[in-house]
Amino acid sequence: MAFNYDQYMRPGKLPHIWCPGCAHGTVMKAIIRAIDRVGLEKDRTVIVSGIGCASRMPGYVDFNTLHTTHGRSLAFATGVKMADPSLNVICVAGDGDSLAIGGNHFIHACRRNIDITMIVFNNNIYGMTGGQFSPTTPHGRLASTTPYGNPDYAFDVAELSMGAGATYVSRGTVYHAVPLERQIADGITHNGFSVIDALCTCPTTYGRRNKLGSPIDMILWFKDNTVGIKAAQKLSPEEMEGKILTGVFRNDIKPEYCEEYQKIVEMAQGG
Amino acid sequence: MSGKEVFYQGNEACAEGALYAGCRFFGGYPITPSTEVAELLSRRLPKVGGAFIQMEDEIAAMASIIGASLVGKKSLTATSGPGMSLKLENLGFACITEVPCVILNVMRGGPSTGLPTGPSQSDVMQAKWGTHGDHPAIVLTPASVQEIFNETVRAFNISERLRTPVILLTDEIIGHMREKIVIPEKGELEIWDRPRPDCPPEEYLPYDTSKGIVPPMADFGSGYRFHVTGLNHDASGFPTNKPSLVEPEEERLMAKVTENLDMIEKYEYFQKDGAKVGVMAFGSSARSAKAAIKQAQEEGIPVDLLRPVTLWPYPEGPTIEMAGRVDTIVVPEMNLGQMINEVQRCIEGRAKVVGVNRVDGDPITPENILQKIREVV
Ligand SMILES: Cc1ncc(C[n+]2csc(CCOP(=O)(O)OP(=O)(O)O)c2C)c(N)n1
Ligand code: SF4
Repeated sequence: MAFNYDQYMRPGKLPHIWCPGCAHGTVMKAIIRAIDRVGLEKDRTVIVSGIGCASRMPGYVDFNTLHTTHGRSLAFATGVKMADPSLNVICVAGDGDSLAIGGNHFIHACRRNIDITMIVFNNNIYGMTGGQFSPTTPHGRLASTTPYGNPDYAFDVAELSMGAGATYVSRGTVYHAVPLERQIADGITHNGFSVIDALCTCPTTYGRRNKLGSPIDMILWFKDNTVGIKAAQKLSPEEMEGKILTGVFRNDIKPEYCEEYQKIVEMAQGG
Repeated sequence: MSGKEVFYQGNEACAEGALYAGCRFFGGYPITPSTEVAELLSRRLPKVGGAFIQMEDEIAAMASIIGASLVGKKSLTATSGPGMSLKLENLGFACITEVPCVILNVMRGGPSTGLPTGPSQSDVMQAKWGTHGDHPAIVLTPASVQEIFNETVRAFNISERLRTPVILLTDEIIGHMREKIVIPEKGELEIWDRPRPDCPPEEYLPYDTSKGIVPPMADFGSGYRFHVTGLNHDASGFPTNKPSLVEPEEERLMAKVTENLDMIEKYEYFQKDGAKVGVMAFGSSARSAKAAIKQAQEEGIPVDLLRPVTLWPYPEGPTIEMAGRVDTIVVPEMNLGQMINEVQRCIEGRAKVVGVNRVDGDPITPENILQKIREVV
């Protein structure tokens, strides 16, 4: 039987605001299936976002949902999690939201290793404001504010997360929706800060300007231009040229922030 | 008041007042001259089962207290001018989403990094108008260490009952001064909690005002699932841009304050027979004003005093009353003239208004004020 998304959707909140062909819906569905897979209770789950097309996602799903200010979702989520560590806290954010304006909160959440799952809807562009370049727009690409090609260099979300101390780090794509779902599920069950770099597409403001074809072409591009980390080990540097690595890059055990704080509470109360 | 006598610093009194009010979450970022609040709460909160977190910046600190408050914890952050500037974006979020929380701003000289250890009163207009958009502002300005304790409790009470952020505005002088104060017994000061829903979860509308101007607020995780957004929203909490819904929402946010002035307004007013001069002063300047008035009295010059404890909304009535009695109102403030405009606005020319201003990092002395009083009589 087909998966019943309705049980997690808010009746009356559709249609969504996303453009036809936008891949944000695919990431949302992967998140819903992942939540179902690990069996999170709706009442005990809080989904937090910032501002952007991606950040509209929590409005559609039936949990405790918090749509905050641009880039700040992790800071709000940290307060939620600290106030009640038994809640499941998931953040969803665009690449601009999480890495530009929210970059500081992002690296510090990684460093703290607080048990929050961060899913970056990485479409390489600012969709909501009409296609300005973002910290993940590749060098040389066109955006509404890089009419001569992007002079900036892009962040690698996974490397940034690992460098900052996140203990679960993976990358998936909307073409590989089932592995993406599995990564999100792993991220949720992982005890610590998890980052899932979910490569997705914005045909409206990024694809069109960079002549990347139809929404389907953009999704199929991931099929030919990504390589799983296991498969990559068998490939030569030449074969890997221009390819994006996907898969689980890190899954480490390290003390979780709220649990560490609980020890402080016990110390303070005992002494 | 019965209770425990202690010798406290203003910032300590704020931290203790917060705990007394039931604060169980503090998110902050260190800045002089407010840091003692964070330091004390990092020690005390875990003892009472609360949580303290030092965030990466003031933006995050403000966000974290809103998040914690949504889970039902009374929350505080403390900062000074440069940090307050950073908090404003999320302060606006707390206004429109109606999330109770308390923000302490221990004012120092500015703009920018300004005078880290020098007192000032130059954030009074920021406290009212700092964040963008139309929004209500409730700002309390205690003038003694005891008052910091009591007003912190009151800040939490008002914030909870009206579901709105409340700003405590002190300055370096009272933040760092030590005075003997009495910590009231538990139960001696009334503690208010936010209105919580009693309807079945399926029927809960987080911004339903059919039963009153302040909608009941459920805790995240308690079985009432709802949506919170900084966008204008309808009773269900979901975004709307319908003019017929947006305007009443904005007006209601304001009305929560204007219709509850009895609860919010607080001032000290004393009038002296035959006074031709009045003084309007708040916070630490009011301490100097009181000393100046006493001296003036000894010289045979009677002077009225108005000391707002609630600075915003500003006590218009008492200001107009004072203007009706005296010829001149003296407004001492450690800035280049911010509240003086508010006094002028209220009294519409009923009296002359003159300022005593200082922004050199030194307090306004009783002598500074006395000189002005002598000048105008
Ligand atoms: C403080 C602030 N600055 C700027 C904006 C404008 N803004 C809204 S969404 C956005 C970028 C969104 O891009 P991204 O996070 O990549 O998400 P997408 O829309 O592509 O899903 C910006 C800059 C804002 N809302 N708030
Ligand atoms: S602008 Fe781009 S990211 Fe936004 S909804 Fe449209 S396709 Fe999706």
